Amino acid sequence: METPTLIEPRDAHDVVDAIRDVARSHGALQVCGAGSKDGVGGVVQATHRLDLTALRGVIDYAPSELVITARAGTALEEIETLLASEDQMLAFEPMDYGPLSGAAPGRATLGGVLAANTSGPRRIASGAARDHFLGFEAVSGRGESFKAGGRVVKNVTGYDLPKLMCGSWGTLAVLTEVTIKVVPRARTAATVLIAGLADPDAAAAMSRATGSSAVITGAAHLPARVTQSIPVPKLASAGTSVTALRLEGFGPSVAARIESLRLLCSQFGPVAVADDDDTRALWRFVRDAGPFAGDDRALWRISVAPMDGWKVAADVQDAAADWFFDWAGGLVWLAVPAGGDACASVIHQSASRLGGHATLVRAPVPVRNAVGGFPRQAAGVAALCQRVKSMFDPDGILNPGRMAIAQHPS
Amino acid sequence: MSLRMPEPDRATLARRAQIIAALSAIVPGEGVIAEPDALRAYESDGLTAYRQMPLVVVLPETTDQVARILRWCCANSVKIVPRGSGTSLSGGALPLEDAVLLGMSRFNRVLEVDYANRVAVVQPGVTNLAVTEAVRERGFYYAPDPSSQIACSIGGNVAENSGGVHCLKYGLTTNNVLGVELVLMSGEVVRLGGKGLDSAGYDLLGVVVGSEGMLGVVTEVTVRILPEPATARALLIGFSSVEDAGRCVGAVIAAGIIPAGMEMMDKLAIHAAEAFVGAGYPLDVEVLLIVELDGPQAECEHLIEAVSAIARRCNAATLSASQNEEQRLAFWAGRKAAFPAVGRISPDYYCMDGTIPRRALPEVLARLRELSASYHLRVANVFHAGDGNLHPLILYDANKPGELEQAEAFGADILRLCVKVGGVLTGEHGVGVEKRDLMPEMFNPVDLAHQESLKCAFDPGLLLNPGKVFPTLHRCAELGRMHVHAGRTPFPDLERF
Repeated sequence: METPTLIEPRDAHDVVDAIRDVARSHGALQVCGAGSKDGVGGVVQATHRLDLTALRGVIDYAPSELVITARAGTALEEIETLLASEDQMLAFEPMDYGPLSGAAPGRATLGGVLAANTSGPRRIASGAARDHFLGFEAVSGRGESFKAGGRVVKNVTGYDLPKLMCGSWGTLAVLTEVTIKVVPRARTAATVLIAGLADPDAAAAMSRATGSSAVITGAAHLPARVTQSIPVPKLASAGTSVTALRLEGFGPSVAARIESLRLLCSQFGPVAVADDDDTRALWRFVRDAGPFAGDDRALWRISVAPMDGWKVAADVQDAAADWFFDWAGGLVWLAVPAGGDACASVIHQSASRLGGHATLVRAPVPVRNAVGGFPRQAAGVAALCQRVKSMFDPDGILNPGRMAIAQHPS
Repeated sequence: MSLRMPEPDRATLARRAQIIAALSAIVPGEGVIAEPDALRAYESDGLTAYRQMPLVVVLPETTDQVARILRWCCANSVKIVPRGSGTSLSGGALPLEDAVLLGMSRFNRVLEVDYANRVAVVQPGVTNLAVTEAVRERGFYYAPDPSSQIACSIGGNVAENSGGVHCLKYGLTTNNVLGVELVLMSGEVVRLGGKGLDSAGYDLLGVVVGSEGMLGVVTEVTVRILPEPATARALLIGFSSVEDAGRCVGAVIAAGIIPAGMEMMDKLAIHAAEAFVGAGYPLDVEVLLIVELDGPQAECEHLIEAVSAIARRCNAATLSASQNEEQRLAFWAGRKAAFPAVGRISPDYYCMDGTIPRRALPEVLARLRELSASYHLRVANVFHAGDGNLHPLILYDANKPGELEQAEAFGADILRLCVKVGGVLTGEHGVGVEKRDLMPEMFNPVDLAHQESLKCAFDPGLLLNPGKVFPTLHRCAELGRMHVHAGRTPFPDLERF
């Protein structure tokens, strides 16, 4: 396929023009920010590449209102730096997909983060990007500029279209301006660690901890095979699995919660506590699927009920497979050899049997073309999604192929 | 009523007996209500100014019955209005003369509590409070707590994306629902989401929540349950000026504190509440702020001190911290009774629900006083100060000719003001019929056409809860032409938020 022609809109009007021009010429658009998530899901088949990074800049930021409005192509790093200057942060802790594909960290745009509903370990306590996306302006596949939601934290006026945009991977509309909710930055953080647990026992420990009143803001389990690259030396060298429980907040609160959690966890195994610096390093590593940065295996991201994550991993009987768990066990990062169908069949079947689903976030192009990237859905839901797609993008010009459905017997 | 609803379909009215027979074949026994006296119980919801007798009421008990009802109605072009407990304050469950009212009250069972995964699976007719009651013995609760929680149903909460006083910290319904079983107007049953945190493909669950019963009928809901905070304490702070109170709220947020609840009442609301429940509120202050802090005991203690210091810096006239649970509940008693308390000092009141950027509060309250004077109607203000959701209560007397219309006009002016200062028409009560005709204040025709597109994907025949949310609901084919028309028309000056 030929290299898509690059279009670099400077404002929303340019986006409208681009979409109408491409529609007239029966072409298709690859919609992207900085491209840090290009490798996720299916391979886009497009005549043009719509690069939104010139649509950048913060439009309004009122820290005391807990909202920020910015153009969609604004770099996430710029947003996070600005928020940090006011002691605020994004509660959903968006991961950085870049390093998984060997790219430099810190390239993601805010629009891309929202289009992919990107979140991180704090998902279990504070929600995903979808839970903080308040309003937007966008251009639909119809070439029409429209808006939805609002610029305040509490709003039920009209349908919640920000939710529809979040996780639609640019297949319904091109976001041009977005408003998100922000929260105060956690003043201190610590992590209570349990060493040596097997996967099912770790799931039980994380369930107990997140079900306690200790207010856990991150619960992850890394089997011994994936701990060597943890950027905290004493964890990397221990040679045992690590079950990590994060506490965040004001100093006196974190101190008290460490003690109650330590007591609760000691019945599961030997307990240690990581300080603020080690906590930040560890959770950035967990957030960005650090154990699998820079290797060339296929990588799956599987979402199930927290107590079922380990079962998916157990179903994949491949000696070269590795995995770890975030979201108290409900998010499985699973790396498998990139050949064949990259275990697509067994992984989809396992996730689906457990009421969850799997997405292929990294694989060589032939594998992505062969197995698709997104999970197959029940016929009724798939038909509904198709009708939504045809209402917002009737000519199918936005990111065709991006949300390609896995072709496997269900 | 000063509200225009869609013209009833005469052919449907003429087929009433046939429709009743068809419904009775699906839901036997007491499940079909057709007698005028019995129907009267359903003629309005919490927005009692608007009333309409339904064509017939049907009370199914199973998902299969719901599916068969919808399939039959779809095939026969009969409209459906879904209803939970009927506590909507925006007329979301207002019946139509030519529509079947689908009551979900018999879906009243808690199906499963899964503590290990911290979720509960419930039927939509279960009340909000009953979810918490079902999990309390193990120290859990369901976070969203609308003030009608003793009566309102989870299905209704999903339809309206209900909030509550704790939603700044713990989120609205949409942030606490993980999955639903949904019956489409075609009768097809789909499941969206589940016990896992992320949904696959488009976030259809996210748009179903808050869709005001227009996209499908929810027959099962999976909600997140949370461990109860170890402790909760409240501060009761009086201020002599709105400006000081507003500064205090801003300073609390700026200090990195997200209280579990932060509620403000103005003088009229304070006096009405105190006269009603005797909560011990100070009567010589202009504004009262209730700040609730929860979490581990150490955190509570720390934050009580921190917020008290901020309040003193912001010229608090009175300040007290709850010393025990009894006192904390007493602080809340007046706030929680504020609506009925206002109901005691006026024959009728009309509750508004706009959200504003908090920084605009002094300006908005000043303008409200001017409007109050020009309409000759009193207004009491209750404010979710943490998230900017303002509930002005307009006091009127429906028995005085023209006063309801005056109250409605006053309310519309308030909502226009909310939009003008950067806010929105409704923070938690929904658009319903009440704010339907004000939607163009916030959204232009192209914005609305995109929202209606979603409706068409779910219910192309527009049979589910028509007449709500959209000032004009275009036929789906017509909507396509509108898009084409809009596509050719340049919009150089599109409205901004």
